[in-house]
Amino acid sequence: MKLPIYMDYQATTPCDPRVVEAMLPYFTESFGNAASRNHRYGWEAEEAVEKAREQIAALIGANPKEIVFTSGSTESINLALKGAAEMYAERGKHIITCQSEHKAVLDVAKHLEQQGFEVTYLQPDKTGRVTAEAVAAALRPDTILVALMWANNEVGTLNPVREIGALCHAKGVLFFTDATQAAGKVPVDVEADHVDMLCLSGHKIYGPKGVGILYVRRKNPRVRLVAQMDGGGHERGMRSGTLNVPSIVGLGKACELARLEMPEESARTAALRDHLEQRIFSELDFVYLNGNREHRLPNNLNVSFAYVEGESLIMGFSDVAVSSGSACTSASLEPSHVLRSMAVGEDLAHSSIRFGIGRYTTREEVDFAAKQVIGAVKRLRELSPLYEMALEGIDPKTVNWQAHH
Amino acid sequence: MAYSKKVIDHYQNPRNVGSLDKSAPTVGTGVVGAPECGDVMKLQIQVEGDRIVDAKFKTFGCGSAIASSSLATEWIKGKTLDEALAIQNTQIVEELSLPPVKIHCSVLAEDAIKAAVHDYKSKQAGEAKA
Repeated sequence: MKLPIYMDYQATTPCDPRVVEAMLPYFTESFGNAASRNHRYGWEAEEAVEKAREQIAALIGANPKEIVFTSGSTESINLALKGAAEMYAERGKHIITCQSEHKAVLDVAKHLEQQGFEVTYLQPDKTGRVTAEAVAAALRPDTILVALMWANNEVGTLNPVREIGALCHAKGVLFFTDATQAAGKVPVDVEADHVDMLCLSGHKIYGPKGVGILYVRRKNPRVRLVAQMDGGGHERGMRSGTLNVPSIVGLGKACELARLEMPEESARTAALRDHLEQRIFSELDFVYLNGNREHRLPNNLNVSFAYVEGESLIMGFSDVAVSSGSACTSASLEPSHVLRSMAVGEDLAHSSIRFGIGRYTTREEVDFAAKQVIGAVKRLRELSPLYEMALEGIDPKTVNWQAHH
Repeated sequence: MAYSKKVIDHYQNPRNVGSLDKSAPTVGTGVVGAPECGDVMKLQIQVEGDRIVDAKFKTFGCGSAIASSSLATEWIKGKTLDEALAIQNTQIVEELSLPPVKIHCSVLAEDAIKAAVHDYKSKQAGEAKA
């Protein structure tokens, strides 16, 4: 067992060795520019890119021509939201998204607000879910775009994408979904799910970092975007720049593996996740699941350990690499905006840990992690004045705290 | 985030963890911070004459908050009340090499000392009146 145990698969994943193997020839031998039309080097590169396009399209039920290569989901989100807003501004200036979206979406939405667009930020329910009814209630005649994630990166909650997509199509509003966490974990079908634009990133699905795609629907409706980077007019004019051939090949291979292995892998990670959850909940009191037990990613477990602060907890099991929703671990001083939007309570937001199970997680690792976590929580609760109060029957929530900051 | 060796030492081997009888007239209790801010410190002192003969703490907070309060109890034990009140957060910052984002942990520890001494003094004043 290699320490520390990696349990942060939502942050990033290692490259699958089969992906690396597929990429290698494109660094040294087949190094051509996919846009070179006059010689074999260019043709080889172009062929490799087109194969990758097919592999990616197959994972999400798209046509290969609808795949636009980017540097990753953040760029795809910028292109989708800004590109569509600029293109369709004459139709209307209202956009709908959600408070628990990734910062990449929220920051772009804020930027668009400064450009004169109006954004509705829906509040998810307590499990992090947005319903189609909530979207319907927020739609206006001037709504041009709905941007809602497929799966949340912190709590793993799955949105009812198919219902939301159907609603948007019925109302003639474009629907963008961030599938960065969902792709390769749950079935994605842009046709059946009525998706107009979708992004995913290589490094979340055992592919390389720095490469991703934006799916842009070509018919019913044909989505047009204003390019956010001008240049040689690559990628149907939507994203200029010489294609990153080795990474694109890697992303293609990663998508192919994800498609072929998803049923088995999702069942395996879900079983390990459930085992971890069961151990934590049976051996500790005052623990709370964040997210939706029914509608969530198979590989995600987000738990709040009441009366213990997240960063100190992570320090306590340094042999397990995980993330916390606590303010102290991130650059900002605010706790997780996702947990806050779910009205989890700031105290519990500070006490949250996200465990990510992945392709290489073993049962032995899960048992080791469970033991470490449970031990650290018990030790820190010995130190916790709040746990002491809770055992005395005083709910710390009822105390009138003198907040300093 | 990298922690200093001293923070890690206090986190792994916190000094003076525990609780004193908060109803005892010779015990002063300070509770500062708030759960929604991510840190709560409870610091207690046992006083004989004007000298702190014992100190205990419990802290909900990050490693730096735990280390700051652990260090505070270590420092105030054996000191007079006035000497304890003279301890400043900057001394804690220096001793533990806290980064700027963790300075509030040291401020909280200083506040906890002051709150405990204040609680003890007001108890004594109350006793004197009674």
